[in-house]
Amino acid sequence: MDLVFKALADAGRRRLLDSLHATPGQTLGALTEGQQMTRQAVSQHLALLEAANLVTTVRRGREKLHYLNPVPIHAVQARWIAKFERPRLDALADLKAKLEGDDDG
Amino acid sequence: MDKPQFVYVTYILTTADKVWTALTDAETTARYWGRSNVSDWKVGSAWSHRLPGEAPEVVGEVLEADPPRRLVTSWSPASKAADPSRRSRVTYEIEQLGEKVRLTVTHTELTEEGLRDISRGWPAVLSNLKTFLETGRTIPDPFSNMPCQEKAPA
Repeated sequence: MDLVFKALADAGRRRLLDSLHATPGQTLGALTEGQQMTRQAVSQHLALLEAANLVTTVRRGREKLHYLNPVPIHAVQARWIAKFERPRLDALADLKAKLEGDDDG
Repeated sequence: MDKPQFVYVTYILTTADKVWTALTDAETTARYWGRSNVSDWKVGSAWSHRLPGEAPEVVGEVLEADPPRRLVTSWSPASKAADPSRRSRVTYEIEQLGEKVRLTVTHTELTEEGLRDISRGWPAVLSNLKTFLETGRTIPDPFSNMPCQEKAPA
């Protein structure tokens, strides 16, 4: 779990996860295009995310496709959020997103 | 190969045989998944995903079976079993890495409706499977967001 928190403790890496959430199966090139980072920086961030099992890759021919793997994030949620709290927390998150227009707080 | 829409990975401190049993044994799947996977798991056989004693919610066919390494199944909501456009494909790959198993679940050929439901279901199933195999316990409350795509008609 340490690796998961370390991997998530960086805005650039969170943006990469956002990008993979929006468009699963991107190559390194496609991921780099949407970011204000060099290809090398993106590649290093991806290695860290992969070590934390937050990103998984699939080889297809010569391409390496990247996917967001939310299983470790679910484990974090399952550890501290009881099922009965979920609807209220969803409602709060929706309200915050509506008022702030941004969910990266 | 079709580009997968979802690839989920979990590492579990267990053996490949135990993971295979946990995915294919009706009683075991009911314990951590809340539903039973029922089949004889031979290529060409039917499989179903159902509450014990009830009508299936998901139905499909066993497309590949190589115990305890690889299982490929087709998935359809039971109410759309005859509609090929609603048929998706799930691949389970089980790799023993020392004392750990890397379990990869790949879901392909999903429709938009299927995508929405699946993306909330699999992480819960896989993290509960990990807890179950490592500790023998499960999260007591069955899931509300199962990757069933759609409820069977009443």
